[in-house]
Amino acid sequence: MGAIFPKSANGVVRLAAGALLLAAGASIGLYAYFSQPRVLDTGYTPVQPVPYSHKLHAGNLGMDCRYCHFTVERAAYAAIPPTEVCMNCHVRVKPQSAQLQLVRESYARGEPVAWVKVHRLPDYVYFNHQAHVSAGVSCVSCHGRVDQMLEVKQVQPLSMAWCLECHRNPAPHLRPVELVTKLDWKPDRDPTQIGREIMEAKHIAPPVNCSGCHR
Amino acid sequence: MKTGKRYWRSLGELSDTPQFREWLHREFPENASEWTNHASRRTMLRLMAASFGLAGLAACRRPTEHIFPLAKGVEDYVPGNPLFYSTAFALGSAAFGLHVETHDGRPTKIEGNPNHPASLGAASAFAQASILSLYDPDRTRSVRQGRRRSSWEAFGEFAKDYFRDDGDGLRFLSGEVISPSLEAVQQHALQRFPRARWIEYEPVSQDQAIAGAELAFGRAVRSHYQLEKADVVLALDCDFLGLDAPSLAYTRAFASRRKVSAPKSEMNRLYAVECNYSLTGAAADHRLQMRASKMALFLAALAAELKLAPEMPARAQLSDAELRWLQAVAKDLAAHRGRSLILAGPRQPAVAHAWAHALNELLGNFGTTVRFTAAEGKRQVEQIRELADEMAAGRVKTLVILGGNPAYDAPADLDFSSRLTKVRTVIRLGLEEDETSALAHWLLPEAHYLESWGDVRAWDGAVTIQQPMVAPLFGGRTAAEVAAMISGYPYQRAYDIVRNRWGGAEAAWRKALHDGLIATEQVEEVKPKTRLDRILATPLPPSVDGIEIVFQPDASVWDGRFANNGWLQEAPDPITKLTWDNAALLAPSTARTLGVKSGDMLLIESAGRQIRIPAMILPGHAAGSITLPLGYGRTKCGRVGRGVGFNVYPLRTSNAMGFAAASSVRKIPGSHRFSLTQEHHSMEGRPIVLETTMEELRKDPRAVEKKTGRHELFSLYKEPTYDQGNQWGMAIDLSACTGCNACLLACQAENNIPIVGKAQVARGREMHWIRLDRYFEGSDEEPSIVFQPMACQQCENAPCENVCPVAATSHSPEGLNDMAYNRCIGTRYCANNCPYKVRRFNFLDWHKDLDALQKNQYNPDVTVRMRGVMEKCNYCVQRIQEAKIKAKAESRRALRDGEILTACQQTCPAEAIVFGNLNDPNSKVSKLKKQARNYQVLAELNVKPRTSYLAKVRNPNPELA
Repeated sequence: MGAIFPKSANGVVRLAAGALLLAAGASIGLYAYFSQPRVLDTGYTPVQPVPYSHKLHAGNLGMDCRYCHFTVERAAYAAIPPTEVCMNCHVRVKPQSAQLQLVRESYARGEPVAWVKVHRLPDYVYFNHQAHVSAGVSCVSCHGRVDQMLEVKQVQPLSMAWCLECHRNPAPHLRPVELVTKLDWKPDRDPTQIGREIMEAKHIAPPVNCSGCHR
Repeated sequence: MKTGKRYWRSLGELSDTPQFREWLHREFPENASEWTNHASRRTMLRLMAASFGLAGLAACRRPTEHIFPLAKGVEDYVPGNPLFYSTAFALGSAAFGLHVETHDGRPTKIEGNPNHPASLGAASAFAQASILSLYDPDRTRSVRQGRRRSSWEAFGEFAKDYFRDDGDGLRFLSGEVISPSLEAVQQHALQRFPRARWIEYEPVSQDQAIAGAELAFGRAVRSHYQLEKADVVLALDCDFLGLDAPSLAYTRAFASRRKVSAPKSEMNRLYAVECNYSLTGAAADHRLQMRASKMALFLAALAAELKLAPEMPARAQLSDAELRWLQAVAKDLAAHRGRSLILAGPRQPAVAHAWAHALNELLGNFGTTVRFTAAEGKRQVEQIRELADEMAAGRVKTLVILGGNPAYDAPADLDFSSRLTKVRTVIRLGLEEDETSALAHWLLPEAHYLESWGDVRAWDGAVTIQQPMVAPLFGGRTAAEVAAMISGYPYQRAYDIVRNRWGGAEAAWRKALHDGLIATEQVEEVKPKTRLDRILATPLPPSVDGIEIVFQPDASVWDGRFANNGWLQEAPDPITKLTWDNAALLAPSTARTLGVKSGDMLLIESAGRQIRIPAMILPGHAAGSITLPLGYGRTKCGRVGRGVGFNVYPLRTSNAMGFAAASSVRKIPGSHRFSLTQEHHSMEGRPIVLETTMEELRKDPRAVEKKTGRHELFSLYKEPTYDQGNQWGMAIDLSACTGCNACLLACQAENNIPIVGKAQVARGREMHWIRLDRYFEGSDEEPSIVFQPMACQQCENAPCENVCPVAATSHSPEGLNDMAYNRCIGTRYCANNCPYKVRRFNFLDWHKDLDALQKNQYNPDVTVRMRGVMEKCNYCVQRIQEAKIKAKAESRRALRDGEILTACQQTCPAEAIVFGNLNDPNSKVSKLKKQARNYQVLAELNVKPRTSYLAKVRNPNPELA
């Protein structure tokens, strides 16, 4: 039985093997890179049903975050407000605006506005806003300068590793509770030192064990 | 403008221009204007290439999630925080106050109302499971006329025309009416229809107790026991810790006299005379097995022994051992005048109750351990017998059935189902499609108690307003509303009916709603006197020749009403550990006589009727007697209960509702497989459950420690010290635990624990995080029973943590053994290593087949686990976290003892489970762990469990030892 394949076939096989390895490596590399929350989730800016601008309301008009997200100090969720809150002003302010059509309809019909969730955590993560806000973690630490966003964008990866960075060393991210919603706050001295003092005064010890966030 | 776009997943969608534009706008906002401004082909190709490159990966992102806030805010509602409301759960003639936890406007968990005298904060297994019935997908969903769907309006029209006359031939049939507002409507209806009658019937009733009271006192009274004052208790076929009485308050009172904290404590003593093994028998210090038909005789003989009655031939029928027992009991009772108590159970004939009353009075117990209130003298069985006779004679034209299921559970000799066909119009208000609704002309959906306005009066007279936590899911209405509709009551809506029954100022009404009690309602105490002559003149029931059959409500389905409740079907019977089934329970000796073993089919005949049922041998059951649990073998039931178990109602006739003589019992071909959760009765010589006696403890306070032995404990690792912050621990008092299953069901409700079905239970795959191990001790014929609740022990040196290949289970700094479900890959090495076998594995996706309606019950604070993931008790970490976060937000860093109650602790009527901070020397759990009775199970393994047990102490009579 003679050689079935010509000698040149060796080269073809080696080339194919090399190409396969390269392809596999590239796929794995691409997947490993793009599946990182840092890459996949940051920048997520979904289209919202109503073109609500935080830059206008929280930035220019200076409304406090807690006017609308009023549950943030008493519950796990920083809830998107009921339409009623919008109508507190908009029953008088720009009452005929086309952009507010859905809001008015929602209020009239009693049906919710279908907001798209921007900062999505998996179901097995139980994040609690009340615990963080009452400790002195500002909105800006996780959500960025929302008061400068036309459309809400996710700026932090919100991955477990990212959360643990702060949980293992919270001092640089703590501030007095009354300044939590002052997103442009610049500390007058070393923020880590301020944070350390707060940690001591309030016995802040963020959990780094599993049941701290996973139940 | 459209709402947020779904990610496109196919190339085909790429070419669709408006979608593509929108996608582009989202991904490259800075290019959006370029696209609309520069419609250059080159730009488009460039962008398409880039987007194509990322297209597949864009689909890797999680799907769009939406947030739907309310349009108008609801007062008090904060998303994520539960709200608690007061209401009450009614079962038969008893009612228990509840606090119901609701999330987002739907009830998710039931707890007892600490202010309610019948609950004292606890909730029974039935109450815990009743929340599942609210979300039962097999509930009646619409009004039906015959086979056609109809509406309440149509029924209203029909009722207006139909109910015009004076009620000739009109009968109402309901369960026991313990609702004051329903009573008001009832009275109005009977005035409006003078020729109508209202019959109350429940398969499990207090008829004999009422008859006994009338015989003894000449009037009907209801007994209320003060068990905390009793030093000696004799229970005759009376499972007052379980199914034969409103057991929550009794369990608390009884347990308070069993928890021995020091050798000098005064412990009570319980004697139980019973036929079937019950929770009371398991808790008893001395237990005498006796056929149910012989117990009246026993009481008469006891009366003779105490010189209350002249010598009676009754004595001669007792065996020597029984006589000896009786004499010791008599002596003990006599030595504790005014501090003793004799109880007769609901299955016993009237004369037995009468003798019990007479003996209690003789012993000076009236006013101390037993008190009385006035009761109605209506006999339920008589009422339904009269009704059935009228139906047979064709005198009933209209029958309005409000609740209940008489076609299934009415006495067999009344032939209720076939007589029902003779009634011209049957109107039936029911929660589910059952045997009775199949025969109805009008079928009306009933509102579950959690979705309706109502009120209930508890056993001792306390009234609770029932308030709905959710609007009726299927447009159901209450019995009061239907009766009001029919009788033209001035108020038609349930709220109006209840509100106007109670009247009063708004502030008082709201306070009553908040507290769960109407403060002003009291029931008058009466002080009857026994008429001994009448009791003596009443003959004792004749002894049963051959085998007797005893009918008992079941710990899972009661009388059959909970047959479609999956949690209860899967909850193992406390004594037999049988799930998804019932069986004819009999003694080993009776089984030998009949030549049967467990699983063999029996044909039992009585009074010309017969049933087929498998036998199960129960060590400790009285010889010559067979217990038949009610409530199974339902033919028309939802998906859960259909065809489960064997129907014993065909043997139960109206003249023998408690027990009867079987004319024949024999083995027939065929066998039945049982699914038991506990096959093994052996502790294999290890001190898993420790028992001691009061005598031993008095002599040597260190008796328990000596039983565990001294162990040389060593560890391969450097062990951490847990002296900082909160360190959680638990102590379970085996003397208090009665084995009632309330903790099992509370845990199931709180932690989204699924049911697995009969076949999987047989493979040991039941998912209960806490189980009640039941151990027999002693001989096969006369064993004693001990219960031990067993859940994850949260070991400090947990053997499960070391072996997880993915670190899914680790130790928290507060002493909890954490479980991260998302990390678990299902190796099951941890379960293999667990010495207590408390880890449960999700072999299959148990939640897959659940109806969407049932998922409303889920607790949103606890993950729902998928197939392939290990789970176990975590000391209700969601409750711990909730309390800690609340404390942090309130600027207080220390948690108070008792602020965190685990679900099992919260519901336990005996307060047997105590959870708390071990680092706080003043916490209840720390103090319990310092007691001499405290021990750890399998301590020699040096796993250092955080859960420890307090050894069970019995208080035997030295004369009977």
